[in-house]
Amino acid sequence: MGAPLRAQGEGVADEPPGAGPGFGRRRFLGYVLAASTLTAAARIGVDLVAPAEAEAAVPGLPGPAEILDLNDMLTVAALPTANLITVRVEPDGTASFALPRAEVGQGVTTSSAMLIAEELDLPLDMVRVTLADARPELLFNQMTGGSNTTIATYTPIRVAAAVARRRLLDAAALEFGEAVSALTTRLGVVTSAVGRTATYGELAVKAAALTTLQVTVELKPESAFTVVGTPRTRIDARAAVTGRKQYAMDLQVPGALPTMVCRPPTINGTVRSVENLAEVRAMPGITDVAAVSTGVAVRGRTFGQCIDAVRALHVTWGPGTAEGASDASVYDELRRAELPLVVPPLPLLTKAVDIRFTFQFAGNSALETNCAVADVRPDRAEIWGSFKSPITAQETVAARLGLPVSAVTLHVVDGGGSFGRKLFFDAALEAAEISRAFGKPVKLMWHRADDARQGRTHPMSISRVRATHTLGQVLSYEQRHTSVATDFGHGLGEVITATAAQLPVGDLTFSETIFTLTQQTPYDFGVVTQLLSEVDKGFNTGSMRNIYSPNVRCAQELVVDQIAADMGKDPYRFRREFLKDDRARAVLDKVADLGHWGRAMPVGTAQGIALHPEYHSVVAVLVEIDCRPETTGRRIPNAVTGPRVTKVVCAVDVGRAVNPRGLEAQMMGGIMDGIALTLTSSLHLKDGHFLEASWDNYFYTRQWNSPPELQIVVMPPTTGEPGGAGELAVAGAMAAVACAYRRATGTMPTTFPINHNAPLAFEPKPTVPPVPASPTDGLGRAY
Amino acid sequence: MPLHTFRLNGEQVTVDIEDDVRLLWVLRDVLGVTGPKYGCGIGVCQACTSHINGKAFNPCSVRVADVAPTDEVTTIEGLPATVGQDLHPMQEAWLEFDVAQCGYCQPGQIMAAVAKVRQARAAGHEIGDADFDEIRNICRCGTYHRIREAVRAAADRF
Repeated sequence: MGAPLRAQGEGVADEPPGAGPGFGRRRFLGYVLAASTLTAAARIGVDLVAPAEAEAAVPGLPGPAEILDLNDMLTVAALPTANLITVRVEPDGTASFALPRAEVGQGVTTSSAMLIAEELDLPLDMVRVTLADARPELLFNQMTGGSNTTIATYTPIRVAAAVARRRLLDAAALEFGEAVSALTTRLGVVTSAVGRTATYGELAVKAAALTTLQVTVELKPESAFTVVGTPRTRIDARAAVTGRKQYAMDLQVPGALPTMVCRPPTINGTVRSVENLAEVRAMPGITDVAAVSTGVAVRGRTFGQCIDAVRALHVTWGPGTAEGASDASVYDELRRAELPLVVPPLPLLTKAVDIRFTFQFAGNSALETNCAVADVRPDRAEIWGSFKSPITAQETVAARLGLPVSAVTLHVVDGGGSFGRKLFFDAALEAAEISRAFGKPVKLMWHRADDARQGRTHPMSISRVRATHTLGQVLSYEQRHTSVATDFGHGLGEVITATAAQLPVGDLTFSETIFTLTQQTPYDFGVVTQLLSEVDKGFNTGSMRNIYSPNVRCAQELVVDQIAADMGKDPYRFRREFLKDDRARAVLDKVADLGHWGRAMPVGTAQGIALHPEYHSVVAVLVEIDCRPETTGRRIPNAVTGPRVTKVVCAVDVGRAVNPRGLEAQMMGGIMDGIALTLTSSLHLKDGHFLEASWDNYFYTRQWNSPPELQIVVMPPTTGEPGGAGELAVAGAMAAVACAYRRATGTMPTTFPINHNAPLAFEPKPTVPPVPASPTDGLGRAY
Repeated sequence: MPLHTFRLNGEQVTVDIEDDVRLLWVLRDVLGVTGPKYGCGIGVCQACTSHINGKAFNPCSVRVADVAPTDEVTTIEGLPATVGQDLHPMQEAWLEFDVAQCGYCQPGQIMAAVAKVRQARAAGHEIGDADFDEIRNICRCGTYHRIREAVRAAADRF
């Protein structure tokens, strides 16, 4: 912030053609670090813009009149404290980079590798991206969340790679005795005007620095991109399809035996006494059993034997933090906490839409359950797991163990999905506690039933919307979102604490701040207020591929359809007319065109259309849904069928897509989430615990729910800078499915998912013992 | 402890473990074969899907004592060798369509897909939407559409 901006680039010898001073390109500050092989570095944050004599200031924060969204906050928060990220060129000619983020399927290792390949002129398969251990000196800047990774790292990674390339050129110039301006780079080879060549591998050690140097570089102009913006397959795809990709539970850490916890029958219940410790300790394969803060831990030769031991334990449990609570009691509490609407004085003939929507608890379990490996010694600890807030995890583990932060090493391992779950590190804390209790390394894994019942949930919420309109204009739009509290104890808190004073959000609470920073109304709706209030801290909560947006957006888009209907307008044309932003209008037009909006469809089927702007990106989704009895009545064992989304057309504008193939994958996943949130997936709370304990209880989208037709369009670059994408499609898809359902059935859906209050589609598993026995009939079901 | 022997990815293996330990844990915790993943332990999520004598099954739901010495267990690690290649055509198709996201369920998805194609072939029809709707493997990243594309592409390549 406040660093001067050069209005024009200086022009350097190796500048690509067509990128002269007239381009107005910025110079960036980078470093060459003292090391045995070439190691280039950059800071994360806009202060890497190189200072110059007298130029305009870089605007750090947008002006107060502009909306500062969560991503601006995450990006800005990194500025004062960000440290260096480094790209190293190895003597074998590869480049390596330890990304200070989590890879949980969203593709950031691939997109980061693409940025390096682009700027370094190196083949993509010669770039190695790993995940950095927790680096406490990065402070706020190692959190993976808010769809912020590419936004925050797009420039710094390129700068580090550009420094490396420049340094290789310098080394080659010295080697060849030719000017840098006579050299070109391509596919990891420097070539001179007279045809001499040297590979990066040959130059890596020569280009290394004896002392750390500060240098300035210019970045390749976007017009010269040959990697960024082209569809690329994930760099870990081969490892994934061969089974070689390693997740935390696949690591072979010496002595770390399988470990599980017998958990209480109600949310956060506590151990009062254990009746048969000695008996369970003597079970086959079991090495250790002990009560810990979250239950009774068992360690053994195999997880199968741990499951048996957990089931054999006789434990007397104390009450939990949500004793007796049910869906109905939470709903009542939310209603009581709802903030009042402020109805403005209205002209005669004004019509109002006033609807209250309910969004049930939803599970953010990934397919990989909560898990971590821990090796805790008296004076140090080492932890392995997938962590999106590794610094906070490291600090919290250290505090829990009474060790200095520097004595805790936290390795970030590839994650088997996150969806918000891995912002927290519940298993790491638990594994550390158990490893200390047993005095041995442990490989801790939660059972699926535990993950669903005691794991974090996306909180239940209600959203009341009142909108008024007259003579074809919307006069006011008020939304009061009331939610069970979302836990932000994963380190985003530090970010906000550090930046709150700079934000145009006054004295709002932490969660109110986030709500204000993330929730938008993309339509010209007169006086707009969207407010949050929260209740009840008794639940284990967290975000779930976004925090508030899918629910808030779904409510808003349904109200938009209702207003349009009241005015006798078509949902697509109404949106088109009221949208503030041309990028939003463009994606809307795209899906309406490709999806043949308005085509004739049979009774009981319909189209729905919706859009969602966030993270400097915007997505539009058109769906077709089939609600006819022959479809909703389909019978599949242990499944929920119901209305089927038969077709989805999605158009996304992220400003600039780094990897369109990866971006399409993120849209596809978000669409499957949106379908589940509207139609099938929720947790049922009863007597202080959730009933769901299996993927055949919690009905996330399965093959039989997925749309047979799916088309995703990545819009050409608009802003030129990449926006966020990981969570973007969920809100748009959830809303579009809801809007289609309303049009197909003629009924406004007000509870999500729509089947939540239908008779339970499964037999709840017992809570004691807390985990089900493994079946033995697998051979009979082979196909 | 009793000894159990069976064929795993083309080799005879012998383990010393209690009869009722499920095969998934024998593979993962005893033999260190980690391609099959845990996702539920009750035969629901299908993340551990492997093959026994060429048919898809869930090792989480089979006691090691119920596997015979002549039974051929194939995990994702052993799939390419069944066609004598570096990668099975189904794995090639998975790369072609860049199916995997987090990747955790994908070994099971691929093993299920191979069996499903064989099943359709044995029933005398091409794999289609009705077959896909029978695949129970859950993918929490939501890769279902690309799975369908990849399976269709690979269906006549092996």
